[in-house]
Amino acid sequence: SLAKKVKEQKMGNLVEEYFEAHSSSKVLTSDRTLQKLRKRRLNQQTLHDLLKNAPLAYAAEIRDLNQQHESLFSKWMLQLHLGFNIVLYGLGSKRDLLEKFRTSLLQDSVHLVVNGYFPSITVRSILNSITEEVLDHIGTFRSPLDQLEFITKRFKEDSSLELYVLIHNLDSQMLRGERSQQILAQLSSLPSIYLIASIDHINAPLMWDQAKLSLYNWLWYETTTFNPYVEETSYENSLLVQQSGSLALSSLTHVLHSLTLNARGIFRLLAQHQLEKKDNPSYPGLSFQDFYQQCREAFLVNSDLTLRAQLTEFRDHKLIRTKRAADGVEYLLIPVDDSTLTDFLEKEDEDV
Amino acid sequence: QQIQEDLNKQLLDNLVSFMSRTYSDFQEKTTEWTCRMKFREIPTAALVLGVNVTDHDLTFRGLSDVLQDNITPYVALLEAKDCPGIKNLMQKLMGQLMNCDIDVDSLEDEDCVQVSQNKIRCSMPSLISWYESVTKKTDSETPSKKRNSSSKHWQSPPVVVIFKDMESFSTKVLQDFIVISSQHIHELPLVLIFGIATSPMIIHRLLPHSVSSLLCIELFQSLSCKEHLSTIIDKLLLTSQFPFKLGAKVLQVLFNIFLYHDFSVQNFIKGFQLCVVEHFYSQPLSVLCCHLGDTKKRVYSLSHDQCENIRRLPSFRRYVEKQESGKQVALLTNDSFLKEETEKLLEDLHVYHENYVSILRCLHVFTSSLPKYPLGKQIRELHCACLENQVWETEEYESSLQLARMLNKTDLVTMLQQCVEILMLSSGKEFDKTVEKLKEFLTQFQNLEAEASQERDVSVSSQKELQKKTDLYHLQKTLLELKESRRSKKLTKFEMLRFDVVDYIDKLVRKYLVPADHRTLHEIVYFNAASVLRGHLNAAPRTALHTALNNPHWYLKNQALKCDGGGISNKAPDICIVYKLHLECGRLINLVDWLEAFSTVVMAAEEPNADAASLDQVDDIIHARFIRAVSELELLGFIKPSKQKTDHVARLTWGGC
Repeated sequence: SLAKKVKEQKMGNLVEEYFEAHSSSKVLTSDRTLQKLRKRRLNQQTLHDLLKNAPLAYAAEIRDLNQQHESLFSKWMLQLHLGFNIVLYGLGSKRDLLEKFRTSLLQDSVHLVVNGYFPSITVRSILNSITEEVLDHIGTFRSPLDQLEFITKRFKEDSSLELYVLIHNLDSQMLRGERSQQILAQLSSLPSIYLIASIDHINAPLMWDQAKLSLYNWLWYETTTFNPYVEETSYENSLLVQQSGSLALSSLTHVLHSLTLNARGIFRLLAQHQLEKKDNPSYPGLSFQDFYQQCREAFLVNSDLTLRAQLTEFRDHKLIRTKRAADGVEYLLIPVDDSTLTDFLEKEDEDV
Repeated sequence: QQIQEDLNKQLLDNLVSFMSRTYSDFQEKTTEWTCRMKFREIPTAALVLGVNVTDHDLTFRGLSDVLQDNITPYVALLEAKDCPGIKNLMQKLMGQLMNCDIDVDSLEDEDCVQVSQNKIRCSMPSLISWYESVTKKTDSETPSKKRNSSSKHWQSPPVVVIFKDMESFSTKVLQDFIVISSQHIHELPLVLIFGIATSPMIIHRLLPHSVSSLLCIELFQSLSCKEHLSTIIDKLLLTSQFPFKLGAKVLQVLFNIFLYHDFSVQNFIKGFQLCVVEHFYSQPLSVLCCHLGDTKKRVYSLSHDQCENIRRLPSFRRYVEKQESGKQVALLTNDSFLKEETEKLLEDLHVYHENYVSILRCLHVFTSSLPKYPLGKQIRELHCACLENQVWETEEYESSLQLARMLNKTDLVTMLQQCVEILMLSSGKEFDKTVEKLKEFLTQFQNLEAEASQERDVSVSSQKELQKKTDLYHLQKTLLELKESRRSKKLTKFEMLRFDVVDYIDKLVRKYLVPADHRTLHEIVYFNAASVLRGHLNAAPRTALHTALNNPHWYLKNQALKCDGGGISNKAPDICIVYKLHLECGRLINLVDWLEAFSTVVMAAEEPNADAASLDQVDDIIHARFIRAVSELELLGFIKPSKQKTDHVARLTWGGC
């Protein structure tokens, strides 16, 4: 009982620590940012190239591990045929393993591979591929439920139909929704559809309630492979990889280089003003009237109209954003983070 | 494999028939009630079914079948997932009703076409008109063609709508449906059945007073899942019908999953099924796991390798060691002699099972009536206890013996009589009873009964005497007599006590042997790989990830990875290093610091072979590896990008795991 007490105490401490850490909103970390790191951000391609050159550690051990998993293949087949579905969990990408399973055992039978990590996959596309390619049915359905009903009916009528479904990353962003899981569960409960899936997220089992679990009829297999998640993470937008979606420094300079000197000056003025006010979190932006005044003083524009025309051009290139405040005054803001803006100004200074 | 599938099927059939049997009386009650109801309000039956949602499918299917056979052809089963809106609900309802109709009278083909067209616009009026047309048809047609069910009960049979999972319906849909149908109740006799998983309170929580007042609710309680389980155990585990048996640990796992996780009988069956599959797949000698009649044939068709397998069994080795040397040699070398011996042993095993079950039941009667139930209330607990250890060595058994000794009153006698009755039944059923001892016990019990009644007579008469005589001397005398008779009664109590002890010791010591310890060849029949079962049924993905990230050595057998406890081996895979570093942080993690810590660790590992010249190149590769590891952690759900501070990520887990 002493050990139990110690354990309890430990648990108590853990709980207290948790609340302590979450009680205050203040976070004790350093303020360093990646910008200050003086290092170019890698883009997806260079990252890929670099990683390809880096040798994979413990290749031999990982191969052993995988061979161990591969010896289970025939058992999986038997269990699939007995009405169980198989789910694989564990660290490492299980893509190659499933692929191997497919090539070694499913070559002669009808099978469907679903890449769950693909960001634009939907349940509808899975169902469509079943109806169109497996069942040779042309036509659309009003809802996935109707489609499911059709599939169920066909599979019940024709007992010779058999389908193996392999789903990589059943827990991916697109498939983890309640409705899609429900549909997949119902699909997997059909006796002639054999499902084998892999999950990676630590909270993946939270997707399933009792009803879904009984529909899925899972058999769990731990398949820790230590393989790197190459395909799976190639769609994951990491903080460290250069993102194409937001405005980056390179595009900023690119656009501005094609503008007139005065236009560049106008943008510079706005940027400087924004940087001066960067410590003020409630800074709404520069009002149009003030901005006009400043530009006039710097001899950058001569009339209200030319400034407006210039601003429209900026807006078209998504270099600025206008916001109307409660009092009806128009405020101007540059939707770029401060560090990029600083870099931009420094670079401009060098150029001039 | 063929055998295994057969066995599987046999099992499942048995279970299904059994389950429908347990539900049948419950169903009968509901059906009776549906007949009785006349339509003032919407008659509603609320079935309280318990939280094991997965088992209810069978119940409802059985219920709708029974209803269809006996009362009405119009039964619709609605599930919450099909009815997000009132429109879908009506659609589904109409579709099912009309399909039901077609199922029942599959004669009229033109009707079928008409119906499927109708499906496009589904509203209450169209439903009513459909209903009218159908009932009119049945009414106007000749009596011979009439549906027998409708003619038997009413002119217009009710339409039964079953809501399978009341809790998951949206309240609005449900309320709307009830209000709408209550307005048409005179034209369309509806009966609603709600399947409730929690408690009947939910009706009042889901429906406001104005709506629930439209319903005339009657409650029905179904069997609790525990009783269900115990009957299944009775039918499945404690019979000699199935040659396949479960070991104590496996049983414990299955019971734990049932009692602590889901209460689902379906899952229990699934677990059992898995055991069967696993056993027949992994154990090469499981061919011999069959009925006694087939054993002989199979034993003689064994190949030499299989014989070797038998010799390799640990329980068989133990058996061999106990034999004399000449026999030992024969067993180990001569295949045909081994086969003969194996057959005998298997027969022994079979006999042992039969005795085991009946004696177990007997003991259960004794122990289950003791106060505080030292050996458990249910027969499954007793079964586990007997399988796990030598039961007579446990403390619980000791205390139950003690309790039995204390309990010697007349009510114990009646209890004993009960036991005898049960034993009579079971011994009658158990066809080839090899031990005659049971009957011996029975006669002993009967003697006891007779003695007890005699004594009762004595005491009654003496009491009568006491009342009769009034003078002092006689009173004293009779009192003395009474005392004496009491003493003698004590003696008979002792007799009973002894009886008990003899009973227990005799039976238990002889027959309650732990299978794993004392039975040869038990591996053929018993499945004991509990860890495999637990891994497949009740997996813990988080623990697996945790071990893989914390001690990669567990999986990757490399000497370099071995290190003690909390430290980070700098030769571990990247993701493990990143994970360990992340464990040291609080709620938010600064990416830059993290990267630097990572590169420090990795550089330390690579220092011996790194050149200063290509440092930049190495740096880039480390950066790339860090990116990969971090995005893998993100994929696994340990961190997520945070907007709170630039270049920070938020940790999503807490503590060591």
